[in-house]
Amino acid sequence: MSETIKKFLYLNRKAPYGTIYAWESLEVVLIGAAFDQDVSLAFMDDGVYQLTKGQDTTGVGMKNFSPTYAALGDYEVKKIFVEKESLDERGLTLDDLQHLVWEDEDDDWAEKDSIRLVSREEMTAIMDDADVVFSF
Amino acid sequence: MKFAIQVNEGPYQHQSSDSAYFFTKAALEKGHEVFRVFFYHDGVNNASRLTTPPQDDRNVVARWAELAEEHDLDMVVCVAAAQRRGMVDEGEMQRNGKDATNIHPRFRISGLGQLVEAAIQSDRLVVFGD
Repeated sequence: MSETIKKFLYLNRKAPYGTIYAWESLEVVLIGAAFDQDVSLAFMDDGVYQLTKGQDTTGVGMKNFSPTYAALGDYEVKKIFVEKESLDERGLTLDDLQHLVWEDEDDDWAEKDSIRLVSREEMTAIMDDADVVFSF
Repeated sequence: MKFAIQVNEGPYQHQSSDSAYFFTKAALEKGHEVFRVFFYHDGVNNASRLTTPPQDDRNVVARWAELAEEHDLDMVVCVAAAQRRGMVDEGEMQRNGKDATNIHPRFRISGLGQLVEAAIQSDRLVVFGD
């Protein structure tokens, strides 16, 4: 496909169900995995709700796509940055989010945490460091 | 510089499509290259050849098509987003058993890989949307 490897950052800022952005962003991540780039995901603002566990969409009649996040490790997505201030502002902690892991083949397939809690300041540095920012 | 443009919002409802158009036009006129314009989310609606705006308003679809004609611009509509929203070309009509097409011939329907490829190949990906 391509020899170039770029740092891709998928920036997720919106709640999972009020609009389709979250789901269609995830579709880009899944397709994009085939291109073997250096991929990171970031969740901030209402985007942190995308990762909450125990989602039940029965009432709104929409597909609950949240189990898909647990498969990201199989797509070689190992870096998921969650902004601490966004969690704080919404009364959430890491315990409210799904426990997302990836398997390290260099370490006997040990499961390692994908989610990294970062400050707003660190998030700006992560964005600055990216070659491509897909903003959803 | 080589640009990839992503348009995430539909025409008339939202300014994103207008802004993306003006940015793309200005970049081309300054001699930059636009590798691809990719229409995603409700942005796929920018490709409907059936759009009929009032006469005293801008024609967003025709405007994109003219720019593409003039600069041989590659304008791609995401297939998954298009299927959800009823944006249909000849191939999609046959594949999905539909009785009509509505895509403007200057646009083409293809996969999300085209967006990822454009991001890899270009110096900058510029996203227009909320």
